[in-house]
Amino acid sequence: MQEALKDLIEHVEAALGAKAAREYAGLELVFRVGGDSLLEVLAFLRDDVNCRFKCLVDLCGVDYPERRERFEIIYNLLSHSHNLRIRIKTATDEDTPVPSVTGLFSSAIWPEREAWDLYGIFFSDHPDLRRLLTDYGFEGHPMRKDFPLTGYLEVRYDDEQKRVVYEPVSLTQEFRSFDYLSPWEGPLPGDEKAEGV
Amino acid sequence: MAEAQIRNYTLNFGPQHPAAHGVLRMVMELDGEVVDRIDPHIGLLHRGTEKLIEHKTYLQAVPYFDRLDYVAPMNQEHAFALATEKLLGIEVPERGQYIRVLFSEISRILNHLLNLTAFAMDVGAMTPMLWGFEQRELLMEFYERASGARLHAAYFRPGGVHQDLPEGMLDDIMEWATAFPKFITDMETLLNENRIFKQRTVDIGCVSADDALDWGFSGPMLRASGVAWDLRKAQPYDVYDRLDFDIPIGKNGDCYDRYLVRVEEIRQSLRIIGQCVGDMPGGPVVAENNKIAPPKRNEMKQSMEALIHHFKLYTEGYRVPVGETYTAVEAPKGEFGVYLVSDGTNRPYRCKIRAPGFAHLAAIDFLSRGHMLADSVAILGAMDIVFGEVDR
Repeated sequence: MQEALKDLIEHVEAALGAKAAREYAGLELVFRVGGDSLLEVLAFLRDDVNCRFKCLVDLCGVDYPERRERFEIIYNLLSHSHNLRIRIKTATDEDTPVPSVTGLFSSAIWPEREAWDLYGIFFSDHPDLRRLLTDYGFEGHPMRKDFPLTGYLEVRYDDEQKRVVYEPVSLTQEFRSFDYLSPWEGPLPGDEKAEGV
Repeated sequence: MAEAQIRNYTLNFGPQHPAAHGVLRMVMELDGEVVDRIDPHIGLLHRGTEKLIEHKTYLQAVPYFDRLDYVAPMNQEHAFALATEKLLGIEVPERGQYIRVLFSEISRILNHLLNLTAFAMDVGAMTPMLWGFEQRELLMEFYERASGARLHAAYFRPGGVHQDLPEGMLDDIMEWATAFPKFITDMETLLNENRIFKQRTVDIGCVSADDALDWGFSGPMLRASGVAWDLRKAQPYDVYDRLDFDIPIGKNGDCYDRYLVRVEEIRQSLRIIGQCVGDMPGGPVVAENNKIAPPKRNEMKQSMEALIHHFKLYTEGYRVPVGETYTAVEAPKGEFGVYLVSDGTNRPYRCKIRAPGFAHLAAIDFLSRGHMLADSVAILGAMDIVFGEVDR
C-alpha cells in the first residue's frame, strides 16, 4: 500500500507539475488544485492507466469564513483497479463559480446540488442546479458557519387556517453554546490574589 | 383523420407511499405506462445531522450515526469511531475489535433481512416479511443485551465499545447462528425459483460495471454488476484481515442478482460471526487511556482521578489533534464514509457523511428510464434505500 502510494505521487507530480500541489494528511493523499485546471486534473486521474480513479465517491464543501476564498470543495476519488484513494481540493468564494464535474462523473450531480443547497457554492455548467435537501422555498445556505443552528423559520399546522404555516423561530430558552474549552487552561479564578501578595 | 395529441402523463409518487420505503417523492413523467423521466425529491427527512454534529463533542456525535441508517445502526458508528481513532492515533484492544466486527456482521444480517423481505413484498410476496421480522427481533435482542437499546445503540465509541458483552451471550449468538441457516433456506425456496418473483426482477434495472462506477455505486449494487470490490477485503479495518470469508458477485447487474448477492452475503456474515465467536480473545474492550475512554464505574467510587476524568470527558470531551481524514467502512448498503475535519478543539469542524443510498438513489432516473412504472418500484426496492441516511 505504502509503495503504491509513493509510485502514485511520483507519477501524478510528473504528469501534472505545477497544476496540483501536494498536501499530506497522514496516510491519505491530498492534492490542491486551482479552479481553472480542476477538470483537466480530474480527467487525467480518471483516464490515466496508472491512476484509473473511475469513481467519484464523494464531493462536499467546507466553510472557512475567515479566509478570502471561504469555501473548500473536496473531491474524494477511489480507484478500484489500484485500490487507492486520493483527495482533490479546490477553493472558491461566494461569487466565483466552480466548474461542474458532472461531465466526468455522473455521481457528482447530486453532491453538487447538495453543496449548492447547503453552502451556496455555484457550479457552472451543471445540468440541473436546484436545491436538494432543504424545504421547498427555503432561503439561505444552512451549512455555512454564519447560519444559526436553530435557523430562522419554524413550521406548524394551523388549525384555523387548515394549513401549515411558517413563523419566525421562537425559543422558550435561547440556544446556549457552552464553551467547555477554557476552565483548566489559562488563569484560574483566584489566581490574581496570589499575584498581589 | 386528424393526428391525435398525446401528452405525457405526470405522476406524483409519494411522499406517503408504502413502496417508497420512507418519505420519497418522485415526480414521474410517463409515456403510457413507460417511465420517461424520474425526478426524485428528497430531503423530507433532512434533520441537519452534519450541522448538529459541528455543535457537539465527538462523543455526543455518536448517537447521530445510529439515526442515519436506522436499519443497521452500528455500521455507521463504526465509520465514525474509526475516523476519530485515526485522528487521535489510538489503538483499539483486540477484544474490542472482535466485538465490533461481530456486531457489524449482526447489523449486516439485520439490514439484509429487512431489505430482502421488504423487496419481496414490493414485488408481491408477503410471507418472507413476516418470517424475517421474527428473526430480526432475535437479533435486536442481542443488540439490547450488549448495549441496552434495540435500535439506537450508541455502542461503538471512539476507542472501542462502550461495555463488555454480558456473560453467556456469545453462546447464545452461536446457538442462534446454527439455527438461522434454516430460515435462509426457507426464504430461498419461496423466492429463488418463484415465477412471479423472477418475472418482476430478472433483467430489470441492469447496470454495467462501468456505469456502476460512474454513478458511484458500492456494496451489493456494485457487486451485482460483477465488480469484486469489498472494503472488508480491499482496505480491511479492525480484524477483518484475519477472518476468512468470500465476496459474492453477480453477473448481470439486475435486481435479481442484487437479491442473490445479498442472500449470499448473509451466509458469509454467518461465517464471520462463527469465527469471531470462536476467536474472541479476553482483555479490555476499550482503549485503556482515560483521556479518551471513561473510567470504570467502580473505579470512580474509589479514585479521585477517575472521577475527574469522568467529569472532564462528559463535559468538555477530548480534544482531537488538527487534521482531516476520509474513513470508510463496508456498511450493508455499500461504502459508508465519514470525512472528518478537526481544528484541534473538542468539536468536529466538519463532518461530512457519505451515505451509499444517496449515490444509489441519484441513479434512479438512469436506471428506470424505459422501464414500466411497476418496475421502478422493484428497482427502488432492490436499491436498499433508507431515508435516514439519504436525507441526513
